[in-house]
Amino acid sequence: MMFFRNITIGQYIYRDSIIHKLDPRVKIITVILIITTIFLVNSWTGFFIIGFYLFINISLAKVHPKFVLKGIKPLLFIISFTLLIHFFTTPGDIIYRIWILNITREGIHRGLFISVRLFYLILSTSWLTLTTSPIALTDGIEKLLSFLKIIRVPAHEIAMMMTIALRFIPTLMEETEKIIKAQIARGADFESGNLVKRIQNFLPIIIPLFINAFHRADDLAIAMEARCYRGGEGRTHYRQLSINSIDHVFIIITLFILIVSYLWVV
Amino acid sequence: MFVHLKDVSYTYNLNMPFETVALKGINLKVNRGEFIGIIGHTGCGKTTLLQLLNGLIEPTKGQIFIENVDIHKNKKKLKEIRKKIGLSFQYPENQFFEENIFKEIAFGPKNMGVAEEQLVQSVKKSLQMVDMDYQSFKDRSPFSLSGGEMRRVAIASILAIDPEVIILDEPTASLDPQSCSKLLSVIVDLYQKYHKTIIMVSHNMEIMAKLARRIIVMEKGEIIMDDTPRNIFQKSIDRLEDIGLSLPQVTYTMYKLKKIGKPVSSGILTVEEAKEEILKLVNENKK
Repeated sequence: MMFFRNITIGQYIYRDSIIHKLDPRVKIITVILIITTIFLVNSWTGFFIIGFYLFINISLAKVHPKFVLKGIKPLLFIISFTLLIHFFTTPGDIIYRIWILNITREGIHRGLFISVRLFYLILSTSWLTLTTSPIALTDGIEKLLSFLKIIRVPAHEIAMMMTIALRFIPTLMEETEKIIKAQIARGADFESGNLVKRIQNFLPIIIPLFINAFHRADDLAIAMEARCYRGGEGRTHYRQLSINSIDHVFIIITLFILIVSYLWVV
Repeated sequence: MFVHLKDVSYTYNLNMPFETVALKGINLKVNRGEFIGIIGHTGCGKTTLLQLLNGLIEPTKGQIFIENVDIHKNKKKLKEIRKKIGLSFQYPENQFFEENIFKEIAFGPKNMGVAEEQLVQSVKKSLQMVDMDYQSFKDRSPFSLSGGEMRRVAIASILAIDPEVIILDEPTASLDPQSCSKLLSVIVDLYQKYHKTIIMVSHNMEIMAKLARRIIVMEKGEIIMDDTPRNIFQKSIDRLEDIGLSLPQVTYTMYKLKKIGKPVSSGILTVEEAKEEILKLVNENKK
Protein backbone atom coordinates (compact mmCIF):
# COMPACT_ATOMS: atom_id res chain seq x y z
CA MET A 1 0.00 0.00 0.00
CA MET A 2 2.09 2.90 -1.21
CA PHE A 3 -0.05 5.97 -1.20
CA PHE A 4 2.25 8.89 -1.77
CA ARG A 5 5.31 7.45 -3.45
CA ASN A 6 4.47 8.81 -6.86
CA ILE A 7 4.31 12.50 -6.14
CA THR A 8 7.30 14.25 -7.68
CA ILE A 9 6.04 17.84 -7.61
CA GLY A 10 8.16 19.89 -5.26
CA GLN A 11 10.82 17.23 -4.99
CA TYR A 12 14.46 18.26 -4.90
CA ILE A 13 17.15 16.11 -6.47
CA TYR A 14 20.75 16.93 -5.75
CA ARG A 15 23.16 16.94 -8.67
CA ASP A 16 26.46 18.66 -9.21
CA SER A 17 25.44 20.98 -12.03
CA ILE A 18 25.63 24.62 -13.13
CA ILE A 19 21.90 24.99 -12.69
CA HIS A 20 22.02 23.72 -9.10
CA LYS A 21 24.73 26.24 -8.32
CA LEU A 22 22.80 29.21 -9.65
CA ASP A 23 21.56 31.72 -7.11
CA PRO A 24 17.99 30.83 -6.10
CA ARG A 25 16.86 34.40 -6.73
CA VAL A 26 18.07 34.15 -10.31
CA LYS A 27 16.16 30.91 -10.78
CA ILE A 28 12.97 32.28 -9.27
CA ILE A 29 13.12 35.38 -11.45
CA THR A 30 13.88 33.19 -14.48
CA VAL A 31 10.77 31.12 -13.84
CA ILE A 32 8.65 34.24 -13.41
CA LEU A 33 10.04 35.59 -16.69
CA ILE A 34 9.44 32.31 -18.49
CA ILE A 35 5.85 32.14 -17.26
CA THR A 36 5.18 35.72 -18.30
CA THR A 37 6.67 35.12 -21.74
CA ILE A 38 4.71 31.90 -22.21
CA PHE A 39 1.51 33.85 -21.94
CA LEU A 40 2.68 36.66 -24.19
CA VAL A 41 4.12 34.57 -26.99
CA ASN A 42 1.73 34.06 -29.87
CA SER A 43 3.65 32.10 -32.46
CA TRP A 44 4.77 28.52 -32.87
CA THR A 45 8.30 29.65 -33.54
CA GLY A 46 8.28 31.43 -30.18
CA PHE A 47 7.03 28.32 -28.42
CA PHE A 48 9.63 26.26 -30.18
CA ILE A 49 12.41 28.57 -28.97
CA ILE A 50 11.14 28.49 -25.37
CA GLY A 51 10.78 24.71 -25.53
CA PHE A 52 14.33 24.38 -26.76
CA TYR A 53 15.53 26.73 -24.02
CA LEU A 54 13.72 24.68 -21.33
CA PHE A 55 15.15 21.49 -22.77
CA ILE A 56 18.69 22.92 -22.51
CA ASN A 57 18.05 24.05 -18.93
CA ILE A 58 16.80 20.65 -17.87
CA SER A 59 19.68 18.81 -19.50
CA LEU A 60 22.17 21.20 -17.91
CA ALA A 61 20.65 20.33 -14.53
CA LYS A 62 21.59 16.66 -15.12
CA VAL A 63 18.19 15.58 -13.87
CA HIS A 64 16.73 12.70 -15.83
CA PRO A 65 13.94 13.97 -18.11
CA LYS A 66 11.86 11.03 -16.90
CA PHE A 67 11.59 12.77 -13.55
CA VAL A 68 10.42 16.02 -14.99
CA LEU A 69 7.86 14.24 -17.14
CA LYS A 70 6.62 12.25 -14.18
CA GLY A 71 5.52 15.48 -12.53
CA ILE A 72 3.32 16.17 -15.52
CA LYS A 73 1.49 12.86 -15.36
CA PRO A 74 -1.06 13.81 -12.70
CA LEU A 75 -1.90 16.96 -14.68
CA LEU A 76 -2.31 15.24 -18.05
CA PHE A 77 -6.03 15.01 -17.43
CA ILE A 78 -6.40 18.74 -16.90
CA ILE A 79 -4.32 19.47 -19.98
CA SER A 80 -6.33 17.18 -22.24
CA PHE A 81 -9.56 18.51 -20.77
CA THR A 82 -8.71 22.12 -21.61
CA LEU A 83 -7.58 20.98 -25.03
CA LEU A 84 -10.98 19.40 -25.76
CA ILE A 85 -12.96 22.30 -24.33
CA HIS A 86 -11.15 24.67 -26.66
CA PHE A 87 -11.60 22.35 -29.62
CA PHE A 88 -15.35 22.42 -29.32
CA THR A 89 -16.26 25.80 -27.92
CA THR A 90 -14.28 28.26 -30.01
CA PRO A 91 -16.33 29.81 -32.79
CA GLY A 92 -14.82 30.05 -36.29
CA ASP A 93 -14.20 27.95 -39.41
CA ILE A 94 -15.80 24.56 -38.92
CA ILE A 95 -13.51 21.88 -40.24
CA TYR A 96 -15.04 18.79 -38.66
CA ARG A 97 -18.40 17.91 -37.21
CA ILE A 98 -19.23 15.20 -34.67
CA TRP A 99 -22.93 14.94 -33.86
CA ILE A 100 -23.75 18.44 -32.49
CA LEU A 101 -20.16 19.35 -31.75
CA ASN A 102 -18.14 21.46 -34.14
CA ILE A 103 -14.41 21.50 -34.26
CA THR A 104 -13.06 24.79 -35.57
CA ARG A 105 -9.71 25.77 -36.95
CA GLU A 106 -9.40 28.50 -34.32
CA GLY A 107 -10.37 25.99 -31.64
CA ILE A 108 -7.56 23.63 -32.55
CA HIS A 109 -5.17 26.54 -32.67
CA ARG A 110 -6.14 27.93 -29.27
CA GLY A 111 -6.46 24.53 -27.62
CA LEU A 112 -2.96 23.55 -28.66
CA PHE A 113 -1.61 26.93 -27.56
CA ILE A 114 -3.14 26.60 -24.10
CA SER A 115 -1.93 23.01 -23.69
CA VAL A 116 1.60 23.94 -24.65
CA ARG A 117 1.44 26.85 -22.20
CA LEU A 118 0.31 24.59 -19.35
CA PHE A 119 2.93 22.05 -20.29
CA TYR A 120 5.70 24.67 -20.20
CA LEU A 121 4.34 26.10 -16.97
CA ILE A 122 4.73 22.76 -15.23
CA LEU A 123 8.08 22.08 -16.87
CA SER A 124 9.58 25.37 -15.73
CA THR A 125 8.27 25.20 -12.17
CA SER A 126 9.43 21.61 -11.71
CA TRP A 127 12.78 22.63 -13.17
CA LEU A 128 12.97 25.16 -10.33
CA THR A 129 11.97 22.83 -7.49
CA LEU A 130 13.98 19.87 -8.79
CA THR A 131 17.18 21.91 -8.82
CA THR A 132 16.71 24.17 -5.80
CA SER A 133 16.69 22.88 -2.25
CA PRO A 134 13.70 24.03 -0.17
CA ILE A 135 15.97 26.06 2.07
CA ALA A 136 17.61 27.87 -0.84
CA LEU A 137 14.19 28.45 -2.32
CA THR A 138 12.79 30.12 0.78
CA ASP A 139 15.99 32.09 1.28
CA GLY A 140 15.60 33.38 -2.24
CA ILE A 141 11.95 34.25 -1.71
CA GLU A 142 12.78 36.05 1.50
CA LYS A 143 15.43 38.16 -0.22
CA LEU A 144 13.17 38.89 -3.16
CA LEU A 145 10.33 39.94 -0.90
CA SER A 146 12.50 41.96 1.44
CA PHE A 147 11.85 45.22 -0.44
CA LEU A 148 8.23 44.78 0.66
CA LYS A 149 9.32 45.19 4.26
CA ILE A 150 8.96 48.91 3.75
CA ILE A 151 5.20 48.44 3.53
CA ARG A 152 5.35 46.08 6.53
CA VAL A 153 5.05 42.81 4.67
CA PRO A 154 6.65 40.26 7.04
CA ALA A 155 8.98 38.77 4.44
CA HIS A 156 11.07 36.82 6.93
CA GLU A 157 8.04 35.33 8.66
CA ILE A 158 6.51 34.30 5.34
CA ALA A 159 9.77 32.63 4.35
CA MET A 160 10.03 30.91 7.75
CA MET A 161 6.50 29.56 7.45
CA MET A 162 7.28 28.24 4.00
CA THR A 163 10.46 26.58 5.22
CA ILE A 164 8.61 24.89 8.04
CA ALA A 165 5.75 23.84 5.80
CA LEU A 166 8.13 22.36 3.23
CA ARG A 167 10.15 20.68 5.95
CA PHE A 168 7.09 18.95 7.35
CA ILE A 169 5.52 17.73 4.12
CA PRO A 170 7.52 14.47 4.06
CA THR A 171 7.11 14.00 7.81
CA LEU A 172 3.35 14.39 7.63
CA MET A 173 3.15 12.13 4.61
CA GLU A 174 5.09 9.46 6.42
CA GLU A 175 2.82 9.87 9.40
CA THR A 176 -0.30 9.67 7.27
CA GLU A 177 0.93 6.46 5.76
CA LYS A 178 1.62 5.04 9.20
CA ILE A 179 -1.82 6.02 10.50
CA ILE A 180 -3.47 4.56 7.40
CA LYS A 181 -1.59 1.31 7.93
CA ALA A 182 -2.45 1.22 11.62
CA GLN A 183 -6.14 1.73 10.91
CA ILE A 184 -6.06 -0.92 8.18
CA ALA A 185 -4.55 -3.26 10.76
CA ARG A 186 -7.64 -2.51 12.84
CA GLY A 187 -9.79 -3.57 9.91
CA ALA A 188 -10.53 -0.15 8.42
CA ASP A 189 -11.47 -0.20 4.78
CA PHE A 190 -10.67 2.77 2.57
CA GLU A 191 -11.52 1.29 -0.77
CA SER A 192 -15.18 0.36 -0.69
CA GLY A 193 -18.56 1.88 0.15
CA ASN A 194 -20.48 4.84 -1.22
CA LEU A 195 -19.31 8.45 -1.12
CA VAL A 196 -20.66 9.32 2.34
CA LYS A 197 -19.22 6.14 3.76
CA ARG A 198 -15.86 6.85 2.16
CA ILE A 199 -15.70 10.35 3.61
CA GLN A 200 -16.57 8.93 7.02
CA ASN A 201 -13.80 6.41 6.56
CA PHE A 202 -11.32 9.23 6.38
CA LEU A 203 -12.04 10.51 9.87
CA PRO A 204 -9.84 7.86 11.52
CA ILE A 205 -6.96 9.24 9.41
CA ILE A 206 -7.64 12.97 9.51
CA ILE A 207 -8.27 13.29 13.25
CA PRO A 208 -5.09 11.60 14.48
CA LEU A 209 -3.12 13.41 11.78
CA PHE A 210 -4.37 16.81 12.98
CA ILE A 211 -3.82 15.98 16.62
CA ASN A 212 -0.26 14.91 15.90
CA ALA A 213 0.38 17.94 13.71
CA PHE A 214 -0.76 20.30 16.48
CA HIS A 215 1.43 18.50 19.00
CA ARG A 216 4.34 18.84 16.63
CA ALA A 217 3.67 22.53 16.05
CA ASP A 218 3.55 23.09 19.80
CA ASP A 219 6.84 21.28 20.35
CA LEU A 220 8.48 23.14 17.50
CA ALA A 221 7.34 26.52 18.81
CA ILE A 222 8.73 25.73 22.25
CA ALA A 223 11.99 24.47 20.78
CA MET A 224 12.34 27.64 18.74
CA GLU A 225 11.63 29.87 21.71
CA ALA A 226 14.07 27.89 23.82
CA ARG A 227 16.68 28.84 21.26
CA CYS A 228 15.65 32.49 21.50
CA TYR A 229 14.06 32.76 18.09
CA ARG A 230 12.27 36.09 17.85
CA GLY A 231 11.66 36.70 14.19
CA GLY A 232 13.49 38.40 11.37
CA GLU A 233 14.77 41.62 12.96
CA GLY A 234 18.56 41.61 12.77
CA ARG A 235 18.82 37.92 11.99
CA THR A 236 21.84 36.87 9.95
CA HIS A 237 22.11 33.95 7.59
CA TYR A 238 24.47 31.02 7.67
CA ARG A 239 24.26 30.69 3.92
CA GLN A 240 24.88 34.02 2.25
CA LEU A 241 23.38 34.35 -1.18
CA SER A 242 25.68 35.90 -3.74
CA ILE A 243 25.23 36.62 -7.39
CA ASN A 244 28.33 35.96 -9.47
CA SER A 245 29.27 36.05 -13.11
CA ILE A 246 27.59 32.76 -14.03
CA ASP A 247 24.34 34.15 -12.68
CA HIS A 248 24.79 37.30 -14.77
CA VAL A 249 25.50 35.33 -17.92
CA PHE A 250 22.55 33.05 -17.28
CA ILE A 251 20.06 35.84 -16.76
CA ILE A 252 21.31 37.74 -19.81
CA ILE A 253 21.01 34.68 -22.04
CA THR A 254 17.58 33.96 -20.63
CA LEU A 255 16.38 37.50 -21.24
CA PHE A 256 17.75 37.44 -24.78
CA ILE A 257 16.10 34.14 -25.64
CA LEU A 258 12.77 35.14 -24.14
CA ILE A 259 12.71 38.48 -25.95
CA VAL A 260 13.60 36.78 -29.22
CA SER A 261 10.85 34.20 -28.74
CA TYR A 262 8.35 37.00 -28.13
CA LEU A 263 9.37 39.20 -31.05
CA TRP A 264 9.93 36.42 -33.59
CA VAL A 265 6.83 36.23 -35.67
CA VAL A 266 7.19 34.45 -38.94
CA MET B 1 2.96 -24.12 11.60
CA PHE B 2 1.06 -20.89 11.71
CA VAL B 3 3.10 -18.29 9.84
CA HIS B 4 5.68 -19.14 7.24
CA LEU B 5 7.82 -16.64 5.36
CA LYS B 6 9.51 -18.19 2.39
CA ASP B 7 12.50 -16.40 0.91
CA VAL B 8 10.90 -13.01 1.41
CA SER B 9 12.56 -9.82 0.22
CA TYR B 10 11.30 -6.29 0.36
CA THR B 11 12.62 -3.19 -1.41
CA TYR B 12 11.30 0.31 -0.88
CA ASN B 13 10.90 2.52 -3.97
CA LEU B 14 11.59 -0.33 -6.33
CA ASN B 15 13.07 0.87 -9.64
CA MET B 16 13.45 4.43 -8.39
CA PRO B 17 16.60 6.41 -7.68
CA PHE B 18 15.93 6.14 -3.94
CA GLU B 19 15.61 2.35 -4.01
CA THR B 20 16.49 0.79 -0.63
CA VAL B 21 16.57 -2.86 0.25
CA ALA B 22 14.85 -3.41 3.59
CA LEU B 23 14.72 -7.20 3.74
CA LYS B 24 16.48 -9.88 1.76
CA GLY B 25 15.83 -13.60 1.68
CA ILE B 26 13.98 -13.91 4.98
CA ASN B 27 12.93 -17.43 5.96
CA LEU B 28 10.89 -17.62 9.13
CA LYS B 29 8.47 -20.04 10.70
CA VAL B 30 6.27 -19.12 13.62
CA ASN B 31 4.25 -21.68 15.51
CA ARG B 32 1.23 -21.14 17.72
CA GLY B 33 2.06 -20.40 21.34
CA GLU B 34 5.47 -18.91 20.74
CA PHE B 35 6.86 -15.77 22.35
CA ILE B 36 9.31 -14.30 19.87
CA GLY B 37 11.50 -11.30 20.47
CA ILE B 38 13.04 -9.48 17.54
CA ILE B 39 16.11 -7.38 18.14
CA GLY B 40 18.28 -5.33 15.85
CA HIS B 41 19.36 -1.82 15.09
CA THR B 42 17.11 0.94 13.84
CA GLY B 43 16.75 0.42 10.12
CA CYS B 44 17.56 -3.29 10.13
CA GLY B 45 14.12 -4.12 8.75
CA LYS B 46 12.22 -5.05 11.91
CA THR B 47 9.24 -2.83 11.27
CA THR B 48 9.11 -3.86 7.61
CA LEU B 49 9.03 -7.48 8.73
CA LEU B 50 6.13 -6.81 11.11
CA GLN B 51 4.16 -5.08 8.38
CA LEU B 52 4.73 -8.02 6.06
CA LEU B 53 3.38 -10.42 8.68
CA ASN B 54 0.17 -8.42 8.82
CA GLY B 55 -0.22 -8.22 5.04
CA LEU B 56 0.08 -4.43 5.05
CA ILE B 57 2.78 -4.53 2.44
CA GLU B 58 3.42 -7.09 -0.24
CA PRO B 59 6.88 -8.67 -0.50
CA THR B 60 8.76 -7.74 -3.65
CA LYS B 61 9.99 -11.33 -3.75
CA GLY B 62 8.98 -14.54 -1.98
CA GLN B 63 5.78 -15.73 -0.36
CA ILE B 64 4.04 -15.46 2.99
CA PHE B 65 1.88 -18.33 4.15
CA ILE B 66 -0.53 -18.13 7.03
CA GLU B 67 -2.05 -21.48 7.91
CA ASN B 68 -0.61 -22.74 4.61
CA VAL B 69 -2.44 -20.15 2.53
CA ASP B 70 -0.45 -17.72 0.41
CA ILE B 71 -1.90 -14.44 1.72
CA HIS B 72 -1.28 -12.41 -1.41
CA LYS B 73 -2.90 -14.95 -3.74
CA ASN B 74 -6.34 -13.79 -2.72
CA LYS B 75 -6.53 -10.11 -1.77
CA LYS B 76 -10.03 -10.45 -0.37
CA LYS B 77 -8.74 -12.73 2.34
CA LEU B 78 -6.37 -10.11 3.74
CA LYS B 79 -8.97 -8.85 6.18
CA GLU B 80 -9.29 -12.34 7.61
CA ILE B 81 -5.52 -12.44 8.02
CA ARG B 82 -5.63 -9.20 9.98
CA LYS B 83 -8.30 -10.72 12.18
CA LYS B 84 -5.89 -13.49 13.07
CA ILE B 85 -2.80 -11.36 13.40
CA GLY B 86 -3.10 -8.12 15.33
CA LEU B 87 -0.43 -5.50 14.83
CA SER B 88 0.27 -2.72 17.27
CA PHE B 89 2.56 -0.09 15.78
CA GLN B 90 5.13 1.92 17.67
CA TYR B 91 3.35 4.65 19.66
CA PRO B 92 -0.05 3.11 18.94
CA GLU B 93 -1.80 5.90 20.87
CA ASN B 94 -1.05 8.16 17.88
CA GLN B 95 -3.99 6.60 16.06
CA PHE B 96 -6.66 7.55 18.56
CA PHE B 97 -9.54 9.45 17.03
CA GLU B 98 -12.72 8.62 18.92
CA GLU B 99 -14.41 10.64 21.64
CA ASN B 100 -14.43 7.88 24.22
CA ILE B 101 -12.54 4.74 24.99
CA PHE B 102 -15.47 2.47 24.27
CA LYS B 103 -15.77 3.71 20.69
CA GLU B 104 -12.02 3.66 20.24
CA ILE B 105 -11.77 0.01 21.17
CA ALA B 106 -14.96 -0.92 19.33
CA PHE B 107 -13.54 0.48 16.06
CA GLY B 108 -11.62 -2.70 15.25
CA PRO B 109 -14.29 -5.31 15.95
CA LYS B 110 -16.91 -3.13 14.24
CA ASN B 111 -14.78 -3.09 11.08
CA MET B 112 -14.36 -6.83 11.33
CA GLY B 113 -18.12 -7.23 11.29
CA VAL B 114 -18.84 -7.97 14.93
CA ALA B 115 -22.52 -7.40 15.68
CA GLU B 116 -23.57 -4.33 17.67
CA GLU B 117 -24.79 -6.39 20.66
CA GLN B 118 -21.52 -8.22 20.96
CA LEU B 119 -19.40 -5.08 20.90
CA VAL B 120 -19.90 -4.39 24.61
CA GLN B 121 -18.74 -7.89 25.34
CA SER B 122 -15.60 -7.63 23.26
CA VAL B 123 -14.68 -4.17 24.58
CA LYS B 124 -15.18 -5.38 28.15
CA LYS B 125 -13.05 -8.43 27.52
CA SER B 126 -10.20 -6.56 25.91
CA LEU B 127 -10.11 -3.91 28.63
CA GLN B 128 -9.99 -6.69 31.17
CA MET B 129 -7.09 -8.26 29.30
CA VAL B 130 -5.05 -5.08 29.72
CA ASP B 131 -6.16 -4.86 33.36
CA MET B 132 -8.39 -1.81 33.11
CA ASP B 133 -11.84 -1.34 34.59
CA TYR B 134 -14.61 -1.20 32.01
CA GLN B 135 -17.05 0.92 34.00
CA SER B 136 -14.64 3.65 35.02
CA PHE B 137 -12.87 3.94 31.66
CA LYS B 138 -15.44 3.36 28.94
CA ASP B 139 -16.76 6.94 28.79
CA ARG B 140 -13.49 8.76 29.24
CA SER B 141 -11.70 10.40 26.34
CA PRO B 142 -8.69 8.40 25.21
CA PHE B 143 -6.74 11.67 25.17
CA SER B 144 -7.28 12.25 28.88
CA LEU B 145 -5.28 9.18 29.89
CA SER B 146 -1.74 8.93 31.16
CA GLY B 147 0.94 7.63 28.80
CA GLY B 148 0.86 4.11 30.19
CA GLU B 149 -2.93 3.93 30.14
CA MET B 150 -3.03 5.23 26.58
CA ARG B 151 -0.65 2.50 25.53
CA ARG B 152 -2.78 -0.16 27.19
CA VAL B 153 -5.98 1.16 25.61
CA ALA B 154 -4.23 1.14 22.24
CA ILE B 155 -3.25 -2.49 22.76
CA ALA B 156 -6.79 -3.28 23.92
CA SER B 157 -8.06 -1.83 20.65
CA ILE B 158 -6.02 -4.48 18.85
CA LEU B 159 -7.05 -7.23 21.26
CA ALA B 160 -10.70 -6.40 20.60
CA ILE B 161 -10.32 -7.96 17.14
CA ASP B 162 -9.50 -11.16 19.04
CA PRO B 163 -6.35 -12.07 17.11
CA GLU B 164 -4.41 -15.27 17.76
CA VAL B 165 -1.08 -13.60 17.19
CA ILE B 166 -0.21 -10.22 18.62
CA ILE B 167 2.64 -8.25 17.12
CA LEU B 168 4.00 -5.46 19.27
CA ASP B 169 6.45 -2.90 17.90
CA GLU B 170 8.41 -1.39 20.80
CA PRO B 171 5.49 -1.55 23.22
CA THR B 172 7.39 0.07 26.07
CA ALA B 173 8.95 2.94 24.10
CA SER B 174 9.13 6.16 26.14
CA LEU B 175 7.07 4.89 29.08
CA ASP B 176 8.03 5.63 32.66
CA PRO B 177 9.42 2.62 34.62
CA GLN B 178 6.17 2.00 36.48
CA SER B 179 3.95 2.01 33.37
CA CYS B 180 6.59 -0.07 31.66
CA SER B 181 6.51 -2.88 34.21
CA LYS B 182 2.71 -2.73 34.30
CA LEU B 183 2.59 -3.12 30.54
CA LEU B 184 5.07 -5.98 30.65
CA SER B 185 2.93 -7.85 33.15
CA VAL B 186 -0.02 -7.33 30.78
CA ILE B 187 2.04 -8.82 27.95
CA VAL B 188 3.02 -11.79 30.11
CA ASP B 189 -0.66 -12.31 30.90
CA LEU B 190 -1.56 -12.24 27.23
CA TYR B 191 0.96 -14.98 26.65
CA GLN B 192 0.37 -17.18 29.70
CA LYS B 193 -3.23 -16.57 30.71
CA TYR B 194 -4.84 -15.83 27.36
CA HIS B 195 -2.55 -18.08 25.29
CA LYS B 196 -1.78 -15.55 22.59
CA THR B 197 1.20 -15.97 20.32
CA ILE B 198 3.42 -12.93 20.79
CA ILE B 199 5.92 -11.36 18.44
CA MET B 200 7.60 -8.37 20.00
CA VAL B 201 10.24 -5.89 18.94
CA SER B 202 12.22 -4.15 21.64
CA HIS B 203 15.53 -2.43 22.16
CA ASN B 204 15.51 -3.35 25.80
CA MET B 205 17.61 -6.48 26.21
CA GLU B 206 16.56 -7.02 29.82
CA ILE B 207 12.94 -7.32 28.74
CA MET B 208 13.85 -9.63 25.89
CA ALA B 209 15.94 -11.92 28.07
CA LYS B 210 13.22 -12.13 30.66
CA LEU B 211 10.14 -12.58 28.49
CA ALA B 212 10.96 -14.04 25.10
CA ARG B 213 11.26 -17.78 24.53
CA ARG B 214 12.91 -17.33 21.18
CA ILE B 215 14.99 -14.44 19.96
CA ILE B 216 15.58 -13.37 16.39
CA VAL B 217 18.50 -11.07 15.75
CA MET B 218 18.35 -9.03 12.58
CA GLU B 219 21.00 -7.10 10.81
CA LYS B 220 20.90 -5.23 7.50
CA GLY B 221 17.69 -6.88 6.41
CA GLU B 222 18.70 -10.40 7.26
CA ILE B 223 18.06 -12.79 10.12
CA ILE B 224 21.49 -13.57 11.53
CA MET B 225 20.48 -15.49 14.67
CA ASP B 226 17.39 -17.38 15.69
CA ASP B 227 17.61 -19.23 18.96
CA THR B 228 16.59 -19.32 22.62
CA PRO B 229 17.64 -16.29 24.67
CA ARG B 230 20.03 -18.41 26.70
CA ASN B 231 21.84 -19.73 23.66
CA ILE B 232 22.04 -16.34 22.06
CA PHE B 233 23.30 -14.56 25.13
CA GLN B 234 25.73 -17.39 25.85
CA LYS B 235 27.25 -18.33 22.56
CA SER B 236 27.03 -15.23 20.51
CA ILE B 237 28.16 -12.51 22.88
CA ASP B 238 31.07 -11.41 20.70
CA ARG B 239 28.96 -11.46 17.58
CA LEU B 240 26.32 -9.33 19.29
CA GLU B 241 28.94 -6.87 20.43
CA ASP B 242 30.36 -6.74 16.91
CA ILE B 243 27.09 -5.49 15.51
CA GLY B 244 26.76 -3.11 18.44
CA LEU B 245 23.87 -4.66 20.31
CA SER B 246 24.04 -4.56 24.06
CA LEU B 247 23.55 -7.52 26.39
CA PRO B 248 21.29 -7.54 29.40
CA GLN B 249 23.28 -5.93 32.20
CA VAL B 250 23.38 -9.06 34.40
CA THR B 251 24.45 -11.19 31.49
CA TYR B 252 27.20 -8.75 30.73
CA THR B 253 28.38 -8.57 34.34
CA MET B 254 28.59 -12.35 34.60
CA TYR B 255 30.32 -12.54 31.24
CA LYS B 256 32.97 -10.11 32.47
CA LEU B 257 33.38 -12.05 35.71
CA LYS B 258 33.99 -15.17 33.72
CA LYS B 259 36.45 -13.35 31.51
CA ILE B 260 38.61 -12.39 34.49
CA GLY B 261 38.71 -16.06 35.46
CA LYS B 262 35.91 -16.49 37.97
CA PRO B 263 34.18 -19.89 37.70
CA VAL B 264 30.65 -18.68 36.94
CA SER B 265 28.45 -19.98 34.19
CA SER B 266 27.77 -17.63 31.28
CA GLY B 267 24.42 -17.04 29.68
CA ILE B 268 22.81 -15.73 32.85
CA LEU B 269 19.57 -13.98 32.01
CA THR B 270 18.02 -12.81 35.26
CA VAL B 271 19.16 -11.17 38.46
CA GLU B 272 17.93 -14.22 40.37
CA GLU B 273 20.23 -16.54 38.45
CA ALA B 274 23.10 -14.12 38.88
CA LYS B 275 22.49 -14.01 42.64
CA GLU B 276 22.70 -17.80 42.86
CA GLU B 277 25.92 -17.87 40.89
CA ILE B 278 27.57 -15.12 42.90
CA LEU B 279 26.51 -16.68 46.22
CA LYS B 280 28.00 -19.95 45.07
CA LEU B 281 31.20 -18.13 44.23
CA VAL B 282 31.35 -16.34 47.58
CA ASN B 283 30.70 -19.53 49.54
CA GLU B 284 33.43 -21.34 47.66
CA ASN B 285 35.85 -18.56 48.45
CA LYS B 286 34.97 -18.81 52.16
CA LYS B 287 35.95 -22.47 52.23
